[in-house]
Amino acid sequence: MVEDEGIRRYVAHFILWIGIAIVAFPVYIAIIASTQDNALIANGQMSLLPGGHFFEVYYQTIFVGTSGSTREPVGNMMLNSLVMALAIAIGKIAISIISAYAIVYFRFPFRMSIFWIIFITLMLPVEVRIYPTYKIVADLHMLDSYAGLSLPLIASATATLLFRQFFMTVPDELLEASRIDGAGPLRFFWDTLLPLSRTNMAALFVILFILGWNQYLWPLLITTRDDMQTIQVGIRKMITTTDALTEWPIVMATAVLAMLPPVFVVVAMQKLFVRGLVETEK
Amino acid sequence: MQKQAIFQSKLLPYALVAPQLAIVLIFFYWPALQAVIQSFLLQDAFGLSTSFVWFENYVELFKDPAYFAAVVRTFFFSFAIAISSLSFALLLAVMADKPLRGSMLYRTLLIWPYAVAPPVVGVLWIFMLHPSLGVISRYLRAAGVDWNPLLDGNQAAGLIILAAAWKQISYNFLFFLAGLQAIPKSVFEAAAIDGARPMRRFWTVTFPLLSPTIFFLLVVNIVYAFFDTFGIIDTMTRGGPGTSTVTLVYKVYSDGLLGGNLGSSAAQSVVLMIMVIVLTGIQFRFVERKVTY
Repeated sequence: MVEDEGIRRYVAHFILWIGIAIVAFPVYIAIIASTQDNALIANGQMSLLPGGHFFEVYYQTIFVGTSGSTREPVGNMMLNSLVMALAIAIGKIAISIISAYAIVYFRFPFRMSIFWIIFITLMLPVEVRIYPTYKIVADLHMLDSYAGLSLPLIASATATLLFRQFFMTVPDELLEASRIDGAGPLRFFWDTLLPLSRTNMAALFVILFILGWNQYLWPLLITTRDDMQTIQVGIRKMITTTDALTEWPIVMATAVLAMLPPVFVVVAMQKLFVRGLVETEK
Repeated sequence: MQKQAIFQSKLLPYALVAPQLAIVLIFFYWPALQAVIQSFLLQDAFGLSTSFVWFENYVELFKDPAYFAAVVRTFFFSFAIAISSLSFALLLAVMADKPLRGSMLYRTLLIWPYAVAPPVVGVLWIFMLHPSLGVISRYLRAAGVDWNPLLDGNQAAGLIILAAAWKQISYNFLFFLAGLQAIPKSVFEAAAIDGARPMRRFWTVTFPLLSPTIFFLLVVNIVYAFFDTFGIIDTMTRGGPGTSTVTLVYKVYSDGLLGGNLGSSAAQSVVLMIMVIVLTGIQFRFVERKVTY
């Protein structure tokens, strides 16, 4: 613009790098700590440069776990988290896309009531109904199971709204064309609508996967067996109240492993991620 | 919201909505209803009989100083987290909106903390600022600060706010950047030609044009601070020291763990439900919506 842009540009670069440093510093410290010796860290003498225990610490973290009583390999926790995250993401997309299809492409009694019933669940996050939901899951014998971890979180007003909106923009001619070709409702859904929804589904998947992987309160409540723990719950249990016993390099390696999949998804699929975030607006 | 071209079928649409409807009714409405009913009931000490007590559980709840303190604390945390995170993210977004070399790289390097789970955020920050072994605590102590968030309630609260705001920077940055990029550049040029200096341009042009984004983010951040800070608090302080970092969600959780008063626990859930309804209502009423009915 009119003013001397040179200096302002340097200032902008400078401020952005400070921002990046603030954002990255805690993670840098975690990575560094996961390569060091516990005794050094416990003494408050952690070095700010990488140590030499990288392979040893990560091997123990993934395949063995902490030495404490709740020893559980973090590899297994990651598997639990992965199953839960995939079940939540795929489950939400699957049941939302078919309900949106029914609501947009059919006319049937209670259509609008059903739409509102789904919509209002936006106002019932798991935090406001934890113990009654826990009781139901317990009555259904789903504690400590993948079904218990994922099913109660699988409804999605946001995804249903998103697909509904998208279907409304699909031209009517497509339906008429496929009808002329003799296609029924399921054929049309499978051959025409699903391929058109691919980008939307992918963007939504990225967001929902992160959401599922990062679940905490719910898995904390309903898993009691160590082998059903997700990584987010596992890491909390590694921090013992008596500080002396906490194995910090393993805790930090677990933190790094817990961040890896969702951060990878954000960075590798940045376009879809941004799209999904803006579209779901939450 | 209806297509002109539709399919005719009696049973198929019900079959299509059935899975979602079943989950919603079993895991959302039924427990929510249970909470509402339970909140009007009082169980005797042995759990043998229950009686209907109208709003007694609610009255008891609001008379409880610990609950009132948690309400105040939750609102304070929410605003502190929202304002600190929003202002820092706005500064970064304004800088990243300039035509800079490597602006895509900046975006990538700033958005990834969105993906870090709240409990992990808690672990990262308590490790850096741990009283006995934290990397930053060393310097704080060297500077003469009596730093111990595990004993000092105010320091613990500050730490929670800092960590929670840190996580939310990326989300706010992304939406601010999108908001800024949606403002036509010609508006800035016009202001510049009129002789407005950059700072003035920001406050008189950018800021007002960005106000819908700011308002939207404010609501989202408050909802975030209400609910998603649970994981941060649980790994960092577990509500302590004392009760100095117990928020409303944390209180529902920890009171429930202790067992005890079902009616009071249910009343707490219902109060939270009402808060979510109000916040969601505000979001849909005032924030520009894409949804039409």
